[in-house]
Amino acid sequence: MRLRMALVAALAVTLAGCGSGTDTTTKSGKITISYAIWEKNDQVSTQKIIDAFQKQHPDVTVKLEITPWDQYWTKLQTAAAGGAAPDVFWMNSLNVRLYAKGGVLAPIQNADVSAFPQAIVDGYRYDGKLYGMPRDVGLPVLWYDKELFDKAGVKYPTADWTWDDLRAAAKKLTDPAKKQYGLLAPMWDQGGFYPTMIQAGGHVISADGKKSGFDEPGSIQGLEFWTDMINKDKVAPPAQATTDTDPVQLFMTGKYAMYYGGSWLATAFKANTERGDKVDVAPLPKGPTQEAVILLGLANAVSAKSEHPVESAQFATFLSSEEAEKILSDTGGASVSSRAGTQDSWFNAFPNYHLKEAFDASIPHGVPYPVSLNTAKWQDVQNKLLAEAWAGRRPTADAAREIAAQMNEILAKE
Amino acid sequence: MLLTEERAAAKAAAQPGRRPRCDWLWGYGLIAPMALGLAVFYLWPIVQTLYLSFTESGVFGGQTWVGVDNFAALFGDEEMLGALRNTLLYSLLVLIGVPLAIVIAALLNVPGLRGLGFYRTLYFLPVVTMPAAVGLTWRYLYNGDFGLINYLLGEIGIDGPYWVSDPEFAIYAIAVVGIWSSLGYNAVLFLAGLQGIPKHYYEAAAIDGAGRMRQFFRITLPLLTPTTFFVMVITLINALQVFDLVYLMIDTKSPALAGSRTIVYLFYEQGFVQNSRGYAAAIAVVLLALILALTALQFRLQRRWVHYE
Repeated sequence: MRLRMALVAALAVTLAGCGSGTDTTTKSGKITISYAIWEKNDQVSTQKIIDAFQKQHPDVTVKLEITPWDQYWTKLQTAAAGGAAPDVFWMNSLNVRLYAKGGVLAPIQNADVSAFPQAIVDGYRYDGKLYGMPRDVGLPVLWYDKELFDKAGVKYPTADWTWDDLRAAAKKLTDPAKKQYGLLAPMWDQGGFYPTMIQAGGHVISADGKKSGFDEPGSIQGLEFWTDMINKDKVAPPAQATTDTDPVQLFMTGKYAMYYGGSWLATAFKANTERGDKVDVAPLPKGPTQEAVILLGLANAVSAKSEHPVESAQFATFLSSEEAEKILSDTGGASVSSRAGTQDSWFNAFPNYHLKEAFDASIPHGVPYPVSLNTAKWQDVQNKLLAEAWAGRRPTADAAREIAAQMNEILAKE
Repeated sequence: MLLTEERAAAKAAAQPGRRPRCDWLWGYGLIAPMALGLAVFYLWPIVQTLYLSFTESGVFGGQTWVGVDNFAALFGDEEMLGALRNTLLYSLLVLIGVPLAIVIAALLNVPGLRGLGFYRTLYFLPVVTMPAAVGLTWRYLYNGDFGLINYLLGEIGIDGPYWVSDPEFAIYAIAVVGIWSSLGYNAVLFLAGLQGIPKHYYEAAAIDGAGRMRQFFRITLPLLTPTTFFVMVITLINALQVFDLVYLMIDTKSPALAGSRTIVYLFYEQGFVQNSRGYAAAIAVVLLALILALTALQFRLQRRWVHYE
């Protein structure tokens, strides 16, 4: 007990020291903080949010830096290694633990995140501390082509659909003569095989992040859901087709009836004047064991080495505030706010799509995206081996067990 | 004017030994920018990479010395063996482009050819085009469902494969692009070589009754061997380092990746995707050794087939 008291006291002293140290440096004149993001399509909304923040904090200037996704992580990592990370930057749950453990991120104190989905917030906790303020939510949904359903006389997908309903519909919607398929089955983790693995009672990684779940019977069943559609039932095009052409583009050709895709595709689909109004969304079908959908949303993190920690934290918190999140949703870009009560204007921007219904039905079944410390390392193994299964060159169960073995080895070293 | 020149000359005469040293300094001064660049951007990174290859590095810096562990792991790594095989296969395929470049250069060298500048520009265009643009354009051409190549094949009743997504075809498809994009550069080098061959050899051969074909094989080819040697060394070094085409044309989730992953691609995967910096450095060191060995071998073999006039 006494030890704990002493620790708390020590912590209080260090924190107080931090606070007073920064206060003196920031009170002197105008300061600039840098903000790094990767999505160019969010530039407009982000700039509007920055303007709103600067109005409240006239002595702070926020400099926006946009780096495309392909270079974003390489650049951030190099900068962080040199102690020169941007003051505030986009973070995803895949990388957050690595950066938190590496001492790059400053924990966010006293933040109220009760308005955000639990599954997303939990993705940014590490060692009991929060390392990012949640921003948006990406929900995997089932997109379908109404025209193909009408032609084949098949009823549209509903929120009650199960795997069997999906498979039955896919069979009816497949027509080899016309090169028309019932389903697109690209190798996609968040909205594709991770949910089906969990829906069948398996899991990707144990809760403590120490053991792979790929060799669980449920996980294998969830993976076979996809590989069987391609290689056995042949209601989905071969894996070569979906790696050759972006599945989003394939879906817009009107030859594929259903596609597990992100809610964020609404912007791209709406902009497609030819086929945009012929598609719609439904929640993901239920699995044999349970309903599950992986919610992924990015967060704004603060650099631990920031020269202006107070203002940076203020800005990161502001980005998640009701005001900022409303601006994000109102702009109708790719991202929808993950803050409860600020999303309606985004849904209304897409009157043709039943996005609100899909969100309302899915959010309660949200599951955090599976991560460990160095997620990218085992995901690389996972992608390489699953590519063989997807192409029908290796039995799925065999590939899954091999992933589990290699993944456990990687996890043991973390 | 005259006065200063005289004075300078007098000064130089008065101080013997000063002039050469001054020349040395001038020499070093002039190559300094280049030497500095080489040292900072080439030599120092080589030393660093060598050091890193014996360490295991943290994601955000900080290295621990692990001795030869990385190299030991490398030689038992199936992916490394696969990458080595893919890289060598690709390099051999790209070398096929060398004779092709000779033929093109010979055709471009025909005296009195109309639109010569146009053809030369045409063949050189891929060289000045960004690899990213080249890779993406070819990816579209190769597309299994909507690509131009399969469309044309379909017109004559052939159902073309998914060229870059099918493990059977991917590396060959990439090699075709590799040949295509290096053709112009090599052809220009050969063209220079061809124009360096004195005309009187051909005149003499013609008087002796040698036909054009005979002239080509007996005069042109042997006298072109120094250029051929140079082109082969450069092409091989470039081919061994291929990365951009694979990165741009093969999707990370493609079933064809295992069959087309090159050494530099593996380096990228290990260093920047999996964050194993030390291991990636070891891969780079192995590649450096491989390039040195193959280049040394070529220099050795050149005595047997390269004729200098």
